[in-house]
Parts: sequence; C-alpha cells; structure tokens
Amino acid sequence: MRDVAVVGFAQRQMEVFDGSPTCVELLVPLFAECYEQTGWTRRDIGFWCSGSSDYLAGRSFSFVSAVDAIGVIPPVNESHVEMDLAWAMYEAWLKIQTGEVDTALVYAFGKASASVLRRSLALQLDPYTMTPLWPDTVSLAGLQARAGIDAGVWDERAMAEVANRSLTDAEKNEYAIRKGGSSVEELLSRPVYADPLRKHDCSPVTDGAAAIVLAAGDQAREVRDRPAWIEGLAHNIDPISIGTRDLTRAPSAARAAAAVDLDGVELAELHAPFSHQELILRRELGLADDVRVNPSGGALTGNPMFSGGGIRIGEAASRIWSGEVGRAVAHATSGPALQQNLVCVLGSTTEGASN
Amino acid sequence: MARTLSAPVTVAFDYTRSTGPVLGRFLTGLRDGKVLGGRTSEGRVVVPPPEFDPVTHAAIDEFVEVAPTGTVTSWTWVPEPVKDQPFDRPFAFALVTLDGADAPLLHALDVTAPDQVSTGMRVRVRWADERVGAITDIACFEPVVGLDGVESDDPGPDRARPQPRNEAATERSRPTDVSGVVTPVSLDYLYAASPEESAFYRGLNEGRILGQRCPSCQKVYVPPRSACPSDGTPTAEEVEVSQTGTITTFCIVNVPFLGQKITPPYVSAYVLLDGADIAVLHLILGVEASEVRMGMRVEAVWKPEEEWQYSLENIDHFEPTGEPDADYESYRHHL
Repeated sequence: MRDVAVVGFAQRQMEVFDGSPTCVELLVPLFAECYEQTGWTRRDIGFWCSGSSDYLAGRSFSFVSAVDAIGVIPPVNESHVEMDLAWAMYEAWLKIQTGEVDTALVYAFGKASASVLRRSLALQLDPYTMTPLWPDTVSLAGLQARAGIDAGVWDERAMAEVANRSLTDAEKNEYAIRKGGSSVEELLSRPVYADPLRKHDCSPVTDGAAAIVLAAGDQAREVRDRPAWIEGLAHNIDPISIGTRDLTRAPSAARAAAAVDLDGVELAELHAPFSHQELILRRELGLADDVRVNPSGGALTGNPMFSGGGIRIGEAASRIWSGEVGRAVAHATSGPALQQNLVCVLGSTTEGASN
Repeated sequence: MARTLSAPVTVAFDYTRSTGPVLGRFLTGLRDGKVLGGRTSEGRVVVPPPEFDPVTHAAIDEFVEVAPTGTVTSWTWVPEPVKDQPFDRPFAFALVTLDGADAPLLHALDVTAPDQVSTGMRVRVRWADERVGAITDIACFEPVVGLDGVESDDPGPDRARPQPRNEAATERSRPTDVSGVVTPVSLDYLYAASPEESAFYRGLNEGRILGQRCPSCQKVYVPPRSACPSDGTPTAEEVEVSQTGTITTFCIVNVPFLGQKITPPYVSAYVLLDGADIAVLHLILGVEASEVRMGMRVEAVWKPEEEWQYSLENIDHFEPTGEPDADYESYRHHL
C-alpha cells in the first residue's frame, strides 16, 4: 500500500448561507486556502472528488455547477459522491492507491437551511415502509436515545455531559456555530424538546463546506513537516431497517474499528450529530477513558450536511500537523441513527500505515 | 437591500416503485386489514418482513399474520411535525412490537402530550378509512384504554378493528395483489441566487443585461458565474453587454410538449450578445423559422416595462436587426 497523508484542510460553517446552493462562492476561498497550505496550484491536483446532494440544493446538477470553483481547462480528473466529505476522501485515497495519481483535493458542500433538513433526510429511508411516514432525523435519534435510556446503557446526565464538554470546547473553535458551556445541571434544567432530547442534544442545522488535500509519500513530506498519515481507513454499513437493529449499538462502527489499529490513539474526533451517539461510538470504538474526544466541539456545535464527517478528519489531522498528538482517530457517519460509519486512523509517522 | 435574491421553489415528483413479492405481500395484507410479518431463518417474526434473510440471505417466503395490538418498545415526542407526517399537530413516533412479532414496527402514535406515552404501553393499529396497499393504510397506533380508563386489550371501539371486506360479496371481484406503490414527494426550498446572479436579475428588472468578466482570461459570462469555469478565478468585474448579438446555433422546434407556451414551429437559438463570450438561449421571432441561420444578427425585444420582474423572460424574444450576417470567424470560438 502507498503511504498517503492528509496535508491540507479548510472549512466554513454558518447558520445560514445566503448565497446559491451550488456554493461556488464558499468553495473558491476554501480551495485558495488549500493552495496556500500546500504551495500548489490547481494543476498540481491529480484527482478531485466532491460530496453533495441535489436534494439539499433543490436544483439539478448542483455538483456540476460547483466544478466552476475548480476551473476545468485543461480538463480535470473529477468524481462525485452523494455522501459526506469523508467518503469522497475514501474514493480519493483509493484512487491514489491505484497509482494513477499522487495527489487529490476532495471537497463537500451543502446548504441545509434551504429546506427543512430533518424532513428532506426522510428520503434516505426505506421508500416503502418508512419514507411515506416522513420520519424526521430528530425523531429517529429520539427513538435511539430512548432505547438506550430504557436499557440503562446511558442516561440524560451522560448525554448532558457530552453536550457540556462539546459546547465548552467549541469556544476555542472559530468555525463552531453553537458554543458556550455551562454545567450539566444547567443543561438538564433546560426544557425537553423532542422528548427525550433537548435542543443541545441535537446538532444545529448548519450550512457550509470543507476541503481536504491528500498526498502520497514524498509529496506529502514536501508540504508538511508532520503530515497526518492515513494508517487505517475502513467503512461499514448496517441494514436500513430501524426495527431489526439494536439501536443502542452501532455494529458497523465496531466492524470498521476492528479493521484498523486504534492502539495508542490519543484523540478522537467522532461525528456524533446527537449527544447519545457519541456514547455509542466511544463504546463501539473501544476508546479508553484518557482518549480526548472532540476537542473541536464536534458535530453538536456545527454539523454542515455533507462536510460534518470530513471536518472530523480535518480537525484530527490539524492536531497531528501541530504536534499536539501523535496518533488520532476520526470518524464519520451517514444514514439514520448511525447506520453507516467510517473510521480513519491518522498518525505522525508512516510506521503504522499498513492498512 | 438583501445581498442576494431568493424565491420559494417546490420540487415534487411521484415516485412509482414495484414492490417485489415480499413487500407486495406485506402491503396486500395491509390493504386487506392484516399485518403480516416474515419469518427469518432464526425463527424471528419481523414486521415489515425483510426481503432477504439477514443471516442466510435467502428470500423470505414464510409469512405470519400478527395481531393489530402490541407494545411500545421506544418512542419519541414530535413537538414540531414536518409536512406530510401522519399528524400535523404534536404526536409521538413509536417502535411497536406487535403481538406475535419479535421486532418492532415504526409508526405514529396518536397521543397529544408526552405524558400519555410510555415504554411498555399497550397500543393497537388504527386503520385508515380507505386502504390502498401502503404503509399509510395503518393511519397510526392508538393507546389501548378500557372504558374504565385503564389499559386493556379489549378490542374497544370498532374504528380500531380491522374492517374485513365482505368476503362472500367480493370473492369474484377480489382485487389483485399489490405490486406497486406511488410515493409522492414534495420538497419546499427557499432558493437563493449567487451575488452575481442576483446582479444579473436586478439588471434585467431595469432593462439591462449584465455579465461578469474573468480577471484572468478576460471572458465575459452572461448569465454571470461566481467563478470562471475555465480557470476557477472568482469573477470580479461587472460588465453591461449589448442587447444585440449573433445567432451561433439554433434548432427549430416542431414537436409539441407538455407546458409548451408557443405554437410550433418556432426557433430556439443561442444568441452571442456583443461583448459576451457565452451565448444565451432564447426565442427567435419576427422571421420565418426556415429563414433563421447561423450568423444572423438579432436584437432583444423587451416586454412592456410594467411586466418586468427579476427574470430573463423580461426579454420577450429576439428578432433580426436586418444587418448583414456576422462573419463566421467572429463566433466560431463560441459554438
């Protein structure tokens, strides 16, 4: 396998973006940041891959319009996934593994505020037995949270602890759109919204975009003193049916974690759009108590649709570049109630890069 | 003035799907007032039946009728229902394990406050008034409450019971099994234009045609784009282009279609406005369709000013200026 590292990352998060859902306006400055970080121009990028959905944009071919932000003369090697940035990165990582290219810039964008996000996402459910009922994202998460509370796997206090730590850490994250911790007691005194969830248990609807740059071998070393080498990358998926799953578990997350080596991980950026989902993920990934979780504040403080997962990878990589940690794991999720999960282990050396 | 223009838009489509044998059987059951589960290789009865066994991956072919009564295994409050959910006022979504089943079914529960629902409570199916072979044939679940107010498994009011058809009367005209479903999907958006597109539409509302020039390659885009698609450079300079241009290519529309506003034959053409590098698609009138040709010089004919809005339709059509045709070399790079 080729040694591939994350060497660039840029992001934007906001409550409401008042521009076109093609998000060219957001992507141009993101790409400029990536060029500045790497010293490259667009012609140094071997492969491009984006993540977005026309269901979010409310128009056709929004991802084609977004390509304007690249500039395609001469033509570029380009692909698209209707998935989060993390899966666009997976495709790019595979592309680099084939040997066809050595570098990639992956990006994702979404204007979740253009429609009612929690309703639009009902279109990713079973179209025969679920979508006609329009089960919204918050309701499905509420069913999952209740299942864990009833089973004694977690409680509302544990959920509030996740939210309070996230909101506190987000104070240091200039991109977070919700921040300001208080105390577990104060959070628990707030009204219940979608019983058993309080609003701070749910990630905010977020517009935004993000970009990640990958490079192989020496090209990564030329960009960064400490590239964030991808030591392991795996993703798995559980069945769509809500009724046949034990909602207190995420078997696909455990399976993805089992495919990588999490020994010695100091930091975890977990894509948990609801507070109880962080508790599930910590268990499925088998994270020790001393692993620092979501120092960025995590998805509870900003979760742009289509880039919220990939941002976890970028945040983890940034802390490898800076020397803050030597080994980190990033996670991304997709689908209802942690249905699909991707795990990416990043390290400061290529010794562990055996996946 | 807002930074950008925006307008509501609804995207709607009726998705038509075939059901296959397993879901067809399940939905046929619902239409007939029965809830069917599928038996898996592990002996579990799962509702709705999975199409394939989760362990052996064989097609599910054993169906079991389960009771219309069951137990709530999880629930969530829905304080702000979204469009097309089973209720338009607060309600609960619940996972309900029906008696005789081993896995829960997701559906709405008709309660009006969260203190009316709890895990473990007994509920029963409330059938829709008209059943068509869809998951919505179950209107919702409702609490099982006896006359004395305590929960009971007594079937209770007749509206909660399956309404079997008169089998003897309908035997000969028995409807065929459900083989397809139609799921209408309608999504509402507030669609915003980019700042450059907003300037373009504001210009049209003033009778002007505005583009953007790429600072790198000097190309002028009409309608304007936020970045030059050739080199990715953000466009910066607003440019007003001429209302006169050259037909670069065209087609004669002879075929009628749904929503057509003009009687065929008519001509749709790409018009390269003087000063622009990208042609705009518009209607050509004032000339026989057979006379339209590449290189023909045309000019914009605007609707009356009182009809103007933020739309390219402010230009009613283009018509020939009568000038000599443009030299092919002048537009060959814009085809």
